[in-house]
Amino acid sequence: MTTEQILIVFGVLFVLLNIAAGLIWVERRMLALWQDRLGPNRAGPLGVLIVLADTLKLFFKEDWIPPFADKWVFILAPAIVVASVLMSFVIIPFAPGIVVADLNIGVIFFLAMSSIAVYSIVLGGWASNNKYALLGALRGASQMIAYEVFMGLSLMGVVMLSGSFNLGDIVAAQKNLWFVVTQPVGFVIFLIAGIAETHRLPFDIPEAESELIAGYHAEYSGMKFGMFFIGEYLGVTLISAMIVTLFFGGWLGPAFLPPLAWFAIKLFFFIGLFILLRASLPRPRYDQLIGYGWKIILPVVLANLLITGAVALWLRG
Amino acid sequence: MVITRFHPVHALLYLAVSFLSVGMIFLSLGAPFVAALEVIVYAGAIIVLFIFVVMMLNLGRETAHQEKEWLKPKVWLLPSALVLVLLAEMIILLFTDSKQPMQVAVVDPRKLALSLYGEYIIAVELTGFLLMAGIVGAAHIGKHMHTPMHRFLQNGHGEKEKAKQTRPPEPVSNEQTVLHDR
Repeated sequence: MTTEQILIVFGVLFVLLNIAAGLIWVERRMLALWQDRLGPNRAGPLGVLIVLADTLKLFFKEDWIPPFADKWVFILAPAIVVASVLMSFVIIPFAPGIVVADLNIGVIFFLAMSSIAVYSIVLGGWASNNKYALLGALRGASQMIAYEVFMGLSLMGVVMLSGSFNLGDIVAAQKNLWFVVTQPVGFVIFLIAGIAETHRLPFDIPEAESELIAGYHAEYSGMKFGMFFIGEYLGVTLISAMIVTLFFGGWLGPAFLPPLAWFAIKLFFFIGLFILLRASLPRPRYDQLIGYGWKIILPVVLANLLITGAVALWLRG
Repeated sequence: MVITRFHPVHALLYLAVSFLSVGMIFLSLGAPFVAALEVIVYAGAIIVLFIFVVMMLNLGRETAHQEKEWLKPKVWLLPSALVLVLLAEMIILLFTDSKQPMQVAVVDPRKLALSLYGEYIIAVELTGFLLMAGIVGAAHIGKHMHTPMHRFLQNGHGEKEKAKQTRPPEPVSNEQTVLHDR
């Protein structure tokens, strides 16, 4: 453990938490732009200080645990989501040399952490002891377990082409051609599964304000709600970073900008795409989402896997 | 902790923790791939599904009370005897120092895949058959429950459907009893 590594760890943590908080402002301003209104524009230049105001509000709210809730599980749930998402960032190469842990099972580690994140929804919804929260938790669990399968399978094409689970090697393998060109189906399915996994709109059926109040976090207040909130933005950042790394060449780009800048540009492009999706698409019904997953995405992703494998073998001769 | 909790969800949570620690043991034995799979499959999917089911059963204080009654001191006798044997074995093992240090070789995903699809191909295929049987069974049960049963269809060609059903037919509603009486 050298000083440089420690610096990288704290640097990544600092930048990520700031991005997640800053996204509150970015998302609200962008949504307002697309919906032809102003959005938060009072505090500070262009309303940037809304982030500070929001954070202060969350800190000073009463952190209330309902008497009918299962106390320890109730406290544990929001911690799991933030911890598991932050753990996943460990494997992402932001630039050559800037990676917290260069694991040789990087992709698998990401999948493992995203499967741990399911617990936060299930436990949060169950411990609240509230029927809406329970419904949200049921939906969230089935949605996330189902889409995790497609997420893993859609990544296998990339793994086959690059011949490694290590994200650094995967980026290096895209030196000549980004994987989005050779794996378009894998990319689209990973994007869909990523939205479902972070339960963002249009796939936000675990929280669906209009039918379940706020779903699994209906009973949460104060900083515990804040953890779910930040966890969601961190999840969006994580999925965008994974898309950039796996399909859009990570930090690779023309030499006039440093690698880190290329990574940031691509990252914010995909975060913008997530927000645009929220602004434009309606929410599907729960059974439609699950049926769509198992009946359409699963065969498509298996076919993609088979064809990629065949082509990879044929090219190798 | 898994077996001493009275509340099933708490017990399952401790089980998840134990799976995570088994994953860590695999990692320290030099099998990072198996460790990650342990976390994904057991902790991430199977226990979540268990919790999913238990969550819907809505077990309350009565069940906890019932379990408390089952766990009388007399019940503990046999399990604790077995555990004592295990403990004795472990102590003996600790004090007889074995000369060989444990060999740790890191198994990378490629080696694992080659041994699964080369050496152990028959075991993999048989497991596949077993899982397929499970899926077919589940699909069959799921399909059976969805037989259309509508009270207005029961009079006509619904009779054949009724004969097929293993479930006892639902009691006829008031309207229909009136009709039959006429």
